[in-house]
Amino acid sequence: MVEVSTPVRWLLRLIAVGYVFFLVAWPVSLVAVRTFEDGTDAFFGIFTDPHTVAALQLTLMVAVWAVVINLVFGVTISLLLVRYEFPGKRVLSALIDLPLSVSPVVVGLALLLVFSGRTGWFGPSIEDAGWKVIYDSPGMIMATCFVALPLIIREVVPVLSEIGDDQEQAARSLGANGRQTFLRITLPSIKWAVIYGVVLSLARSLGEFGAVKVVSGNITGRTQTATLIVEAKYQNFQQASAYSVAFLLAFISIACLIVVAFLRPKHEEA
Amino acid sequence: MTSALLGTPADTVGEPSSGQRTPRRPFGRRRRASPRNTLTPGAGLGLGIAMIWFSLLVLIPLIAIIVTAGEGGWSAYFNVLRSDQTWAAVKLTVGQAAIVTLINIVVGTIIAWVLVRDQFWGKSLLNIIIDVPFALPTIVAGLVLLSLYGPESPLGLQWANTERAVMLALAFVTLPFIVRTVQPVLEELDADVEEAAASLGARRGTILRRIILPSLAPAIAAGAALSFSRAISEYGSLVLLSGNLPFRTEVVSVRVLTFIENGNTQSAAALASVMLAVALVVIVALDIVQRKVANRG
Repeated sequence: MVEVSTPVRWLLRLIAVGYVFFLVAWPVSLVAVRTFEDGTDAFFGIFTDPHTVAALQLTLMVAVWAVVINLVFGVTISLLLVRYEFPGKRVLSALIDLPLSVSPVVVGLALLLVFSGRTGWFGPSIEDAGWKVIYDSPGMIMATCFVALPLIIREVVPVLSEIGDDQEQAARSLGANGRQTFLRITLPSIKWAVIYGVVLSLARSLGEFGAVKVVSGNITGRTQTATLIVEAKYQNFQQASAYSVAFLLAFISIACLIVVAFLRPKHEEA
Repeated sequence: MTSALLGTPADTVGEPSSGQRTPRRPFGRRRRASPRNTLTPGAGLGLGIAMIWFSLLVLIPLIAIIVTAGEGGWSAYFNVLRSDQTWAAVKLTVGQAAIVTLINIVVGTIIAWVLVRDQFWGKSLLNIIIDVPFALPTIVAGLVLLSLYGPESPLGLQWANTERAVMLALAFVTLPFIVRTVQPVLEELDADVEEAAASLGARRGTILRRIILPSLAPAIAAGAALSFSRAISEYGSLVLLSGNLPFRTEVVSVRVLTFIENGNTQSAAALASVMLAVALVVIVALDIVQRKVANRG
């Protein structure tokens, strides 16, 4: 292994640490400082503001629905992609990745064009059937599902193809039906991958901003999520509450990150 | 965290296959086989339901963008893109995304090198902090940067509402891409080759230039493509930080949103279709790079 000289090593170390410190570490820690510089009142104040509480509840509801839908869809698609052969599989696996590269605003626009109640392709007929998608929670859940779609699949697929299907075939030959095989054999072996995927999707879903902004209509107290309220509060010069909600969101997402970082190596050694 | 976004199975799966030199798509494992069908009736039903949902959620809406963009014909399409304000936004976005990608190529590779080859106190903390930009909601990322580089900056910097703010936000959200694509490749790199080169009298610079960098190049290219496409499409982190001043700090995503808010969906779709095309080119390019590497290894 090539050794670099001590001054070069220190220089590289300094560049790496310095860049990350000024770009990420210092700014992120400043949010905590700003939130608590006047004591804890501002932070706990957000839980007494009805609009903020409504936004937090809505965010949680949307995120949980999106994660559940993506969990069912993700595990199904992963099993299909790894365990079966069918025409168009390659195209499907490439298309699954598409949501990661599409701008959130474009995601919102795409859903708007199809599901908008007035001008969308399917929107008017869905609205006649008594459902409202755009400017209401179904649209927000769809937008959140879209942006977090590949996360669970990307965790589960490598694990599924790594473990192979020997055990599943053994279970089948011993008389287990499809459901028993899935619950007793497949699910336990992909358990950790699914858990990572869920944590990542949850973090992504709680924090979605652009796509939700387009499809929600940003109606205060009705379709305003936590990320939208950060923007609204900041622009209304209520900086203390903007920083407080931002701190809460940052705290949750960094907690998700730490959970994944600590779970992963432990599981890999096992 | 990052592997989910980058598709690097190397750090989620215990033993990566020996031929694996670059993070590649988890799904591309099986070589293109003759299209056969092994679906059972139950699996077929599952695929059917999954495809209906996927079409409703992703495919039909994205097709709707292209159809809407084409509704006014070519002249309307090009008129949208030729308007001064839109053109300024496109130039700013592409220019800043390119600068940020170049910064990431240099600094990201250095960070990956430090994380793999160096040992120092706090390295594991650095490793976790790299992922923070992925986990943080984008609007919070904007606010976070505003607290150090905005009006109340402890450094006395006033970068809010300038082009620098755009660069800063893009650099923040794209930080992990190259680090996380290069890191697993660097870990896998065979030390024997380097030692052989050294024993044959190659100097450090030569080893770096002739052995290490060529093996890292595909991973750097893949990370650069991801970082560029993310930078082009970024929206949330710029809202508070850049001020969205027309002709100065307005990026393409903001332009699309303005069109939507004015009810001008056709113009919005025209501009969005260009962004989709860029995303598609990046995906195809990544696939080609990764398959080339897989063939070589």
